[in-house]
Amino acid sequence: MSEIRPVPFRGGGFRPQVRRWVGLIVFVLLIAIAEWGTRTGWISNLTLPRPSDVLATFGELWQSGLLFKHLSPSLSRLAVGAVLGVSVGVSVGVLIGLFSYVRAGLVPVVAALFPIPKIALLPLFVIWFGIDEGSKYALIAFGTFTPTVVATYGAVDNVDRTLIRMGQSFGLTWWSIVRKIVLPGAMPGILSGLRISLAIAIILLVAAEMLGAEYGIGAYILEAGSLYDLERLFAGVVILSALGVIVSSAITMIEKRLLRWRG
Amino acid sequence: MELRLKNVSHAYGGTEVLRDITLTIPEGKIVCIIGPSGCGKSTLLRMMGGLEQPDLGDILQVGAPPEGCLNPLTYVFQDFALLPWRSVEGNIALALEDHRLGRGRIREIVADVLARTGLADFAGALPRQLSGGMKQRVAIARALAVNPAVMLLDEPLSALDAQTRELLMDDLIGLWTRAPFTAVYVTHNLTEAVRLGHAIVVLSRRPGAIREMIEIDAPLEARDMSDPALAAKQQQLWHLMRDEARAADAELANV
Repeated sequence: MSEIRPVPFRGGGFRPQVRRWVGLIVFVLLIAIAEWGTRTGWISNLTLPRPSDVLATFGELWQSGLLFKHLSPSLSRLAVGAVLGVSVGVSVGVLIGLFSYVRAGLVPVVAALFPIPKIALLPLFVIWFGIDEGSKYALIAFGTFTPTVVATYGAVDNVDRTLIRMGQSFGLTWWSIVRKIVLPGAMPGILSGLRISLAIAIILLVAAEMLGAEYGIGAYILEAGSLYDLERLFAGVVILSALGVIVSSAITMIEKRLLRWRG
Repeated sequence: MELRLKNVSHAYGGTEVLRDITLTIPEGKIVCIIGPSGCGKSTLLRMMGGLEQPDLGDILQVGAPPEGCLNPLTYVFQDFALLPWRSVEGNIALALEDHRLGRGRIREIVADVLARTGLADFAGALPRQLSGGMKQRVAIARALAVNPAVMLLDEPLSALDAQTRELLMDDLIGLWTRAPFTAVYVTHNLTEAVRLGHAIVVLSRRPGAIREMIEIDAPLEARDMSDPALAAKQQQLWHLMRDEARAADAELANV
């Protein structure tokens, strides 16, 4: 008599699935641990501020109107710098992707610029573009430019060549091929590059504001840091994190709109 | 319009792929080109449409393209080559947009070819929503939209399953019977060649040269694969190709 048993299941896994709320739960849990630790004295006040105190500081910041005084110059710096860097970056990236001479000439230049910590160039930028807004715009623009270029020409390179052949076989003009085939085809790669570029823009925003800025999130954090005012330091950091989350979800929304065809 | 190839030869680097091909594609006929894989038949087709240049020889268009022809030499690709971000309608319109036809005229042409290929209900669908067979129908509709003088079909049914292939062959025969077009049809499938070809050109393995040209006189719409005459033609083709295919199969290892 042979034994009868079910075939054991060994598939499954290795496929990311949507798990709503888990991210939020992890956040809440981490904050709860910090709150509990600081209240019981298990975590000293020197190591970590109490989350409820940070919240209170944030509330004061809101009520006194200082929040917007710091936030609005920061946001405008971020917007101007990032728009400048991203638009020039996308254009240069597309040119590199389309023209062999531009590629041969500029890819080494971009490779040389990419690893430079842009913050190190801040003093130079102050001389070139002035101590006020100019140098801050330039720093953010420069910092977003290089990752955007690299992502863009990679995306252009990855556009399906058979689609381009198809365009040529139907006698489409060069400009039509670029506009209707190359650019939409490169869009997924450009957008995922944008995600990285904009995160870098936020990092550089703070760096730029640490030098010669009266108002701005960076200036606020720097001031709190030098006074070792942890509550205010963390309130600033939370604003930056929130900014990062907002930018990232904005890109997700753009992706959903523009890349609906991917399904 | 007729397409004429005169002594076409080509090499990639040191590898000779095509040798001395002389061939005429007569107007209103479908010429099938078959050969073992790697015999250069797709390269030959790319040359006929001006997507590649031969090292030697001439490719000539004889006579004027038909009235209202927007793109005399038009391809249908094996992998469909549809823009995934455009709807069926948009994909067909793409081929028309650069010709300054005006919105209304484009819409007319698109509606006409969609009706001819039985796609009228799918005008707004995206390629990802379509089956392989439907995608290839869209590509055929796009090719018809520009009213080509010669259609260049590069293994158009190779990416499809056997049943879909049968259906699309019937579609192509229907389209040709209603309005005969000139076509070059590259395939490695003997049944497709026997069903669709007025003439079948057999290429040898690399370097591709014409081994034989077979004409089939039976009208396309009346061809029935159970007909012993057609079965004999197919058998004859297979005999011609078998040794070439075997040799080509063994050869690929040391390229």
